Parts: sequence; structure tokens; C-alpha cells
Amino acid sequence: MSNTTETKTAPPHGLPPQDKGGPLARFLKATELDTRLLGMLGALALIWIGFHVYGAVFNGFGAFLTPRNLWNLSVQTSSIGIMACGMVLVIVTRHIDLSVGSVLGFCAVVMGVTQVYILPPLMGVGHPMIWIIAVVVGMIAGTFVGAIHGWLIAYRSIPAFIVTLGGLLVWRGVAFLITSGETISPVDQTFKLLGGGPYGAVGEVGSWIVGALGCIAVVVMVLNSRKQRTRFGFVMRPIWADYFIGGISCAAVIGSVLLVNSYPWPKGIVKRYVAETGIEVPAEGLFISHGFAIPVLILVVVVICMTILMQRTRFGRYVYAIGGNPEAATLSGINTKWMTVKIFALMGFLTGLSAVVASARLGSATNALGTLDELYVIAAAVIGGTSLAGGIGTIYGAVLGALVMQSLQTGMVLIGFDAAIQQIVVGAVLVFAVYLDNLYRKNAK
Amino acid sequence: MNNTSTPLVEMRDICISFGGVHAVDHVSVELHPGEVVGLLGHNGAGKSTLIKILSGAYAMDSGEILINGEKAEIRNPRDARSYNIETIYQTLALADNLDTASNLFLGRELVTPFGLVDDDAMEAEAREIMARLNPNFQKFNDPVSALSGGQRQSVAIARAVYFNAQILIMDEPTAALGPHETQMVSELIQKLKAEGIGIFLISHDIHDVMTLCDRASVMKNGKLVGTVDVDSVTDDDLLSMIILGKHPHQKDA
Repeated sequence: MSNTTETKTAPPHGLPPQDKGGPLARFLKATELDTRLLGMLGALALIWIGFHVYGAVFNGFGAFLTPRNLWNLSVQTSSIGIMACGMVLVIVTRHIDLSVGSVLGFCAVVMGVTQVYILPPLMGVGHPMIWIIAVVVGMIAGTFVGAIHGWLIAYRSIPAFIVTLGGLLVWRGVAFLITSGETISPVDQTFKLLGGGPYGAVGEVGSWIVGALGCIAVVVMVLNSRKQRTRFGFVMRPIWADYFIGGISCAAVIGSVLLVNSYPWPKGIVKRYVAETGIEVPAEGLFISHGFAIPVLILVVVVICMTILMQRTRFGRYVYAIGGNPEAATLSGINTKWMTVKIFALMGFLTGLSAVVASARLGSATNALGTLDELYVIAAAVIGGTSLAGGIGTIYGAVLGALVMQSLQTGMVLIGFDAAIQQIVVGAVLVFAVYLDNLYRKNAK
Repeated sequence: MNNTSTPLVEMRDICISFGGVHAVDHVSVELHPGEVVGLLGHNGAGKSTLIKILSGAYAMDSGEILINGEKAEIRNPRDARSYNIETIYQTLALADNLDTASNLFLGRELVTPFGLVDDDAMEAEAREIMARLNPNFQKFNDPVSALSGGQRQSVAIARAVYFNAQILIMDEPTAALGPHETQMVSELIQKLKAEGIGIFLISHDIHDVMTLCDRASVMKNGKLVGTVDVDSVTDDDLLSMIILGKHPHQKDA
């Protein structure tokens, strides 16, 4: 099924099951899996294995499929991934936001000034409220900037391309004025944890708790879907298909827990940790797992919330409706202008959140933070199947798109390609991915 | 016609202009329960504009609208819906990327107690209403872009019927349809009429108007040429009203 609308995760119920096509077609029909999603996962697997094998053959060491690299990859994807979730809404409603990179820099600088220059003299260095206030201020700044953009686009009828192109220059300039070009550091110690690193991860036990919650959520969702279908007498998915989906999802969750738990803290950090806490070191050495990094968990929460927003709320339904036919949306009584303001404000909010992750990871705030991010964010959304013509796009697609792009870049760094080649490859992949998507959609019709 | 009763809709002295052009110029029309009033005129005569004022898509410059004898404030499509005015637009006004149920309930989604949209409940309702209107309809899970012209039309009609329209506006409802589907729409109009719903029917097809409507209002260059009982006029009378702006006899319906 084309799954272009994404209004349902359950396409063919109601129809009598048809036994046409080969075993694969019947399998896909029974499990109601999105073939596009499978395609993206396949592409991702190909990239990962390709880089690993290349490394093993030509450099004598396959560095890609290691816990360390995959853990880093997850952290590096977070910042772009968070913004890509918002960009899906913007592009689905036939707009574009070219300013996210600059707004990220602006938010980071605002947070930097708040927690380094303004709050410590008032509250004392290291006050536990400092990082919270800084984060809130940064996200308010982002939301506010987004709302201004949205207002200009909706109520003053200036094309989004122009408003955000202007924003790209304006907010980078404002960020420079605030800092006078200087780097603001050091950021608050607690704030820093939001960017990841050995301390900015939830550890072994924490990861297992996250994993358990994930598995419970999967089971509840499968059961709930069956209950709903019974309620309305729709055709049921075969029970084996439900077991299959539930099983695969839980296995993926548990697999990722095992992965992040098998990446230990570096020796230096362990040594310092031992010195600080004075715990005893067993004979075989101390193995402290990273576990899920905090920025990755932030991304996961954003993905879940945004997916619910897009699939299960009126707001999300209206976003798709506006993208599909703005006139019809207006005639249906949807306030499309106010929706545009809200969408851009949400984009700004997520950019602020992304700025938290990016500047916490860096441990400082500079006015150059986020440069060129707008291109990566748009590319991630588009590679993930968001249509620039509007009306089509998913949150998980955009995040997978971000992961594909980050994988390419990381992979090329690992096998020693230089920056010029990285740019060429990422650019070519973007164009090729959209071409493939066009072919897919033509076939799906 | 029972012209003595209170009209369902009364549009009095409506004016609207766009950049100096008087699109609708002091036009008054009325609609009674169980009546079908045809709106005729050339392209650009102002009939669609007049109707878009009633459905809330445009705000009039002057004039007033009375619903059941009471003054109604219609500023946007939401207001119109609150007076049980439903519109089937010529363009059908469907979001092509959404499925049937989503379009049917667009702007009025059914929600669960948690405030989340209840897709399954909406699909169940959609199946029920479509079974009445178009029993062959099966494509509930495809985006409406995958539907034929007639199927899209039935989705648009279902939207108006489902929400218990009292006043139904149909803008060229048969323009994109084949003979069979046109027949279906005609039957539906008769059925709705029998239920006491008032219908404004915009059409270019004089034959349609003569068979389906009780009265016809003809517009030309934004002005109302006149309103006639279709029983008292011939096709040619209507044609000359449309083309020449000439009232056949000075009898007001």
C-alpha cells in the first residue's frame, strides 16, 4: 500500500483478504508493514554493512558496526533528528524553513548568556535551577522566533522561503551581536549532561528500564489495535502477524539496550570515577556501561510525542489536510493561518530543544553553532519521504533520513574519505533518494 | 409553494465587491424548507460568489442573512456549519491525501475521551453512511485521490448529509459526473427534499434546473434578473433571462 496519507497504520481492513501475489506480497499484506519503511531500513543496513566491510577489507579494521561507533552515531543524529521532526510539519504544509540552523545558533547563544553571564552572579555558580531556567529561556526564544516567522508567513502573506531566508541571516547576525563573536563557556555542569558523553547517559540499569517500558508499550499498542478492530468488526490481522510485529519490535528494543550497554566508559573516565568515589575495582577491571545517551532519549521522546501529534490529534490531521488541499481545509472551517503560526512556533520550539543538545554536547555556545544545519534537516526530511509538494511525510521517516545522512558522514570519516568527497556523496545521495522515492510512488499508484 | 411560511434562508440585499467590481449587487433570494432553488447565470454572473457568502467563504460588504427568520452572523465556514448549512463545492473541496473518513469528518473529527482522533469510529460511521449513498463504495483506506469522479462526489455529498444539513448548497454537483452518477445525485436531491431540507442548486444545465428545481433565480453581471417558478416558464424563457437578462413576465414567484 502506498501509505501516503499516514492517517492509519492499518490499511486493508474491511476488505476480504486477497490471496494474490507471492508469499512476500501476502506476508506484507498480513503484517500491514509499510514497504517504504522496510526500504529505508534496508538502505540503512546496506550503508552500515558496506562501511564496515570496506573498513575491514581496505583498512584492516571494520570500525562501523562497533558499540562505540553506533553509540556515537545515535548521539550525533539527535540534534538534526529533533529538528527534522518539526521540518516534516513545515514541509507537509507546503512551506520551508531555511532558518533553523541560525535559530539554533541564536537559541544556543541566548542559553549560554543566561547560564554563564546572567544567572551565576544572581544565584551563585552551580545553582541547581540554573540549567532549568537556561533551557526554558532557550526554548521560549526558539518558539518566539518561530511564531514571528509563522505570523509573517500567514498574516502578512510573505512566502516562507523569503521569511526564513531573511531569518537565516538575521538570527545568525543577532547571535553574533550578542556574543561579539566570542565563545561562551563553560556551560553549567548539569546542562552539559543533556549533550551526552559518559556522564550524560543513563547507564546499564537505566537502559534496561527504558527497554522494559518500550516493550510494554509495544505489547499495549498491539493489544489495543486488536481491541479497536473487534469493537468495529473490522477484519483482524492474523494472530501470527501480530506476534511477529510485536516480537520484532521488542527484539529491536532489547537489541538496542544490549548494544548501548556493551559500550564501556573509556579507561581514563573510569579511573577518575574510581578516584572520586573510592569504590573498589575488581581484579578483571571495572566495566561501566554507557547505556542510552540522554540526547538520544530526548529524541525518542520527541519522536513519540510528534508521532502521536501527527497521527492521533486534530492538529496533525489538519496539518495533512492543509498540505493536501489548503482551500478544502479552509472551507472545512480550519483556521489555516493560525495553524501556520502554530506549526512554525513548534518548529522553533524543537529548534530550541535541538540547540540545548548541540550546545550541551559542545560544552559551550558559539554564534556559529548550527551553521548549515538547515540543509541537513531539510535533506533528512526529504530523504525520509516528506514530499515538497505537500501533504505527505512521516516523523519516523524524517528521523530515519537523519540517521541515513549521519551514517554516511560518520562512515566516510571512519574509512578516511576527506571532506570534499563527503559533501559530494551526501549531495548525490539526497538527489538519488528523492529519485527513488518518485519511482516508488509511481509504482505504488 | 408555501410562500406564506417563514423562509428557511433569506438573503436580503446582499452586496460584495472585489477591487471595485460589484460581484454581487443588491441581490435578494430566499429558500423554503423542502424546496430546491436553482441559481442560474453565465460564468462570472456572481452565483458562486453569492453562495460562498452563505457558506462563510466570503464576508459580504452589506446586506443581511436570515435563517428561520432570525438574523444570522456568518463570518467563516465554521459559523455556516453551526447553522446547519452544508456546501458541496464544484471543486469538491477534498484533501486528496486523506482517506474517505478523514475527509468526511474534516474539521469535525470524532475524538476519544482523551481528545485523540478516533479513526476507527470515523471509519465505521463512514462505512455506514456510504452504504446508504453508494453501496458499491469500498475504498475506505485509500486516499481520495485514488477515487473516481463519482466516488469523490459521493464522499462530498456524504459529508453534507451526515451532519444533518438543513440548508444544502450544491455548486454544479453533476459537472464532473457520468450519466449514471448524475441520476444518483438527482435521486438524492429528491430524497433530501422530501426530508424537508432546503437546497440551493447552482447549475449551468437548464434541463437539470427544469426537472429538479421548484424555483429558479437568474443572475447576470452580479445583479438578480429575477426569480421564477419553473412550472410557469419554458426552457427558452430561462435562456433569455440568462443571456439577455430579460424577465419573461413580470410575475414574481
